[in-house]
Amino acid sequence: MSMTKSDWQSITLSAVLLAVAACLPLTGDAYMLSIGITIAMYAVLATSWALFSGPTHYISLATAAFFGLGTYTTAIGIENGLNYWVTLPIAAILGAVLAALVGLATLRLSGVYFVIFTLGLAELVRQVVTWGQNVSGQKGLYVLTDITEVHIYWQLLVLAAIVYLTGWAIGRSRLGFALRIIGDDEEVARHSGINTSRAKILLFMVSGATAAVVGSMLAPRYIYIEPALAFTPMLSFLVVIMALLGGTGRLWGPLVGVIPFTLLWEAISASFPNQTTLLLGLSFLVIVYLLPRGFVGLIESGKRKMREREAFA
Amino acid sequence: MDILITGLLLGGTYALIAMGLNLQYGMARIMNLANGEFLVAGGFAAFWFYTAGQVSPLLTTFIVAPLAFGLNWLIYVVMLRPLVRRAKSHGQLEVDAILTTFGLAFVSVGIMLALFGGDYFSYSYLARPITLIGDTYGLNRVTAAVAAVIICGGLWLWLNRTRAGMSIRAIAVDPKSARLVGIDVPKLSALAFALGGAVTAVGGALISTFLTLDASTGVMFTLKALVIVIMGGVGDVRGTIVAALLLGILETFVATLIDPGLTLAAAYLLFVLILLFRPQGLFGRRTT
Repeated sequence: MSMTKSDWQSITLSAVLLAVAACLPLTGDAYMLSIGITIAMYAVLATSWALFSGPTHYISLATAAFFGLGTYTTAIGIENGLNYWVTLPIAAILGAVLAALVGLATLRLSGVYFVIFTLGLAELVRQVVTWGQNVSGQKGLYVLTDITEVHIYWQLLVLAAIVYLTGWAIGRSRLGFALRIIGDDEEVARHSGINTSRAKILLFMVSGATAAVVGSMLAPRYIYIEPALAFTPMLSFLVVIMALLGGTGRLWGPLVGVIPFTLLWEAISASFPNQTTLLLGLSFLVIVYLLPRGFVGLIESGKRKMREREAFA
Repeated sequence: MDILITGLLLGGTYALIAMGLNLQYGMARIMNLANGEFLVAGGFAAFWFYTAGQVSPLLTTFIVAPLAFGLNWLIYVVMLRPLVRRAKSHGQLEVDAILTTFGLAFVSVGIMLALFGGDYFSYSYLARPITLIGDTYGLNRVTAAVAAVIICGGLWLWLNRTRAGMSIRAIAVDPKSARLVGIDVPKLSALAFALGGAVTAVGGALISTFLTLDASTGVMFTLKALVIVIMGGVGDVRGTIVAALLLGILETFVATLIDPGLTLAAAYLLFVLILLFRPQGLFGRRTT
């Protein structure tokens, strides 16, 4: 894997941006930090979602299931005397295993089955956890650690860096190439000897493990967790909207959707808390009819027009 | 025995809802994730007419059906047909349809929340006991199931005995070849979609007589209907009915013997088994 000049440029640029982002807590503004955490959280979730759903066009609505799994792993782990840092890799493994199971059941079939299955997965896990708590007579869990908001924020930034590096590496690997062919035409991919199910399941595992770790990292922020909070389906939908709004064609695409949408969402939920569902629905429609390729598509067609104009001038 | 009959009664109503989705997904080829919202809207209408004017939910269905038919027809023509035209491949259409109908689902939930609020709603209609083979059941459940059977039967006859019905089934089998034999695919797809919406809304009006609904329960019904349609085989009317009855029995079984909170988990278990062993549906043949 040789690095070109433009690779080094984008790596340097990303590192600088990351360093700037890491300075946010220095402003000392608690509200800014809380928004920063939300943005970092959705950036990681949407980017890792797009790693899988971008090239394959399989829409996963299961983010909340993995997220909740991670949250519960950390909560239960800490309650049973595990160190917080040990629970992160455990959450990653559990997330990957759940993704593999879901993938094995559905990814061999057409995309619709996958969408339907993931749509109900969070609800399914929630029902099972609630039932488990009813049986054991326990209602919720306390997550008491000495981890502060600043720590969570920095952890999420590190995770974001890992996700971007992974995405970049996958994009240049045989697996990434295979996935792009699958996205173009699965039939062709199968005929050229690509094990399509294996490729899809592997990438879905990466995406699931990441979402589970994000859930783990956020657990100390909630302090008290219960199924309805950890497995909120809204999370899955928001991640899909943000990723598609930004555009899944580029690694940095989802981030372009996450920042404006998080700010908009915060504003709307603060002033019109009852209209959030409506906004969610309208966003889906805007994406399909007005921005089918997201902001990335808009930026790139803008660039192309500029170039054409220069060529004629 | 008690469980079996309660399950069959529930399954009968499920069959109606799944039939609506099957018309939309199997025949019109649009995966409609807003299906459950039409069900809830139908339920709301029945509730509103009953509490405001003591109109029987059975009569309300005659108002709900044409309204839902018109609305769904509009949705198909205005919103979905451009997507059908734009799509380069079937996969592309599927993704677009899923996102659009998902958006529609949220918009309808938002509108219903604004109109009716987030409370559960229920009313007492025909809540009298009736004795069948030694056990007692709610008369409302029995009435709903009987009405569902009549409507399902009518649909089955329509699909198998009339020209329009058979054309729609031809589209379900192969939309491209259907065009070659002179079937107006765009028009009949719109018809199938609208009819599916109407059937689901009627199902909602019937189900509201014995289940408590709220503005955001639609997605649960969409999921159940999807599981039924896939289990029975996409586009297969007979399979849908059998699968709906199976799911009704299984759910009642789990709810009475284990925990009422696990009904979705039960539906999912069935779904996974089907996906693993018979992805083409109970009576489906594997496509080549």
